[in-house]
Amino acid sequence: MREELLAILEKNSRIDFKELAILLGVSEEQVLEEITRLEKDGIICGYHTLINWEKTSIEKVNALIEVKVTPQRGQGFDKIAERIYNYPEVRAVYLISGGYDLLVTLEEKTLKEIANFVSDKLSTLDSVLSTATHFILKKYKDHGTIITNNQTKDSREVITP
Amino acid sequence: MTKPLSQKVLNLKPSGIRKFFDIVSEMKDAISLGVGEPDFDTPWHIRDEGIYALEKGKTFYTSNAGLKDLRIEISNYIKRTQNVAYNPDNEILVTVGGSEAIDIGLRAIINPKDEVIIPQPSYVSYEPCAILANAKPVIINLKSENDFRLKPEELLNAITDKTKVLILPYPNNPTGAIMEKSDLEPIAKIIKDKDIYVMSDEIYSALTYKNTHTSIATLDGMKERTILINGFSKAYAMTGWRLGYACAPKEIISQMTKIHQYAIMCAPTTSQYAAVDALKNGDKDVEMMRTAYNQRRRFLIDAFKKMNLECFEPYGAFYVFPCIKEFNMTSEEFATKFLLEEKVAVVPGSAFGECGEGFLRLSYAYSIDNLKIAIERLNNFITKLRKQQNINK
Repeated sequence: MREELLAILEKNSRIDFKELAILLGVSEEQVLEEITRLEKDGIICGYHTLINWEKTSIEKVNALIEVKVTPQRGQGFDKIAERIYNYPEVRAVYLISGGYDLLVTLEEKTLKEIANFVSDKLSTLDSVLSTATHFILKKYKDHGTIITNNQTKDSREVITP
Repeated sequence: MTKPLSQKVLNLKPSGIRKFFDIVSEMKDAISLGVGEPDFDTPWHIRDEGIYALEKGKTFYTSNAGLKDLRIEISNYIKRTQNVAYNPDNEILVTVGGSEAIDIGLRAIINPKDEVIIPQPSYVSYEPCAILANAKPVIINLKSENDFRLKPEELLNAITDKTKVLILPYPNNPTGAIMEKSDLEPIAKIIKDKDIYVMSDEIYSALTYKNTHTSIATLDGMKERTILINGFSKAYAMTGWRLGYACAPKEIISQMTKIHQYAIMCAPTTSQYAAVDALKNGDKDVEMMRTAYNQRRRFLIDAFKKMNLECFEPYGAFYVFPCIKEFNMTSEEFATKFLLEEKVAVVPGSAFGECGEGFLRLSYAYSIDNLKIAIERLNNFITKLRKQQNINK
């Protein structure tokens, strides 16, 4: 049940226990128990909302920053990653294989704020060797959801044998 | 023109769902649970393969039997899901949907006045195809108390010395019934004793919710007398691609291929290229869709329980088949009234055979949100009916 439960929640975290129990063919108590355990074990880390900010009048600038760093003895990349992810404006930090080490995503209100973060905070960290900043121009799909045209019509014939 | 048209065709009844189709099409904001095809789009990698085939100019006829690569993949698929081996060279024919396979399969084995046993409720095309092949259809009225499974004694009662073939439509449209291995074994024994063929329409084989599907062709001594029909429409959400196949002994396939060659030439080429990819890389998509259908199935069965509407638990396809006999209406009257008053289209069970009278087919190839609205309206409707008729539930 765990995988199926997580798959449903990943798509719709607002679904209630009663409905989950029906869809999974188990009791409400079992659902409650499992979700409590998943939260406690840190498997469910949060319940977020996917927002298409572009449709609001609120300005948001998103950037992806490639960061090359020198790993530190005894701590590898974890220590430097921690120094970066503690900034609240940092949305995500991934350790990446290939041409660079860390991928940092950032959300700010203006381009200038992102520029300041990169030049003042990120680049000045001791172990950071170089950065390359990419700005996101348009989001087509995010978290598995296509956000450009979300109005899909059922184009099937209404009755078929 | 004054010359009469074919009497055989003139005598065929038009499909029972046509009338509803006409009413719903006129109606705004009606919702439909009447569709016999998946609500999912064909998985993108399969569509992409079709597009790629077009871009590469793969737009010519294929061999009559279908692309060799596709027949090999079909053979692999049947081997890995059913553990029965069909030779891609001469035991597999790619057809225009499962429907064509039903038609030409019957035409290939029938002599005039042969009898074709058709368990009902079942898909609407078996009986007309049998008639068009000059056979005499012999109907078995399946019973709800058997969960619409075919029982050996029912089969025995239907067999005569003219019986040529049994059509075995499981997992079943419209009831959602399945036949498990233990149900098939006594049926297979009778078929061998009486020396008849089986046409096993397994188009919904990927969509079962109890055990995985067992084909009758896997049972001892059955492969040599079985025409196994399957296709891409339901499992891979590929209805519009019109692609199915038949697997059978080479003596039958070679005769079917002749009809196919003269009537059809070959199945659509683009679809065949896409289907190769479906079989190679589509297992996880099928599983994703099956999981979604299963959730909706549980949702509907639970909803029927709550509104005290009698319905056996179906374990296959994407249909539920609730009983509405308590309301003292024919299923067509019920469906019409339900459509006019609550704007929900369902298909009367009687469209799938006389014994479907008193039942409705509801498809769950719809999103949960859509099903919720439909169930709410159904609940309103039957509450109203029970009040009018003083039924206490």
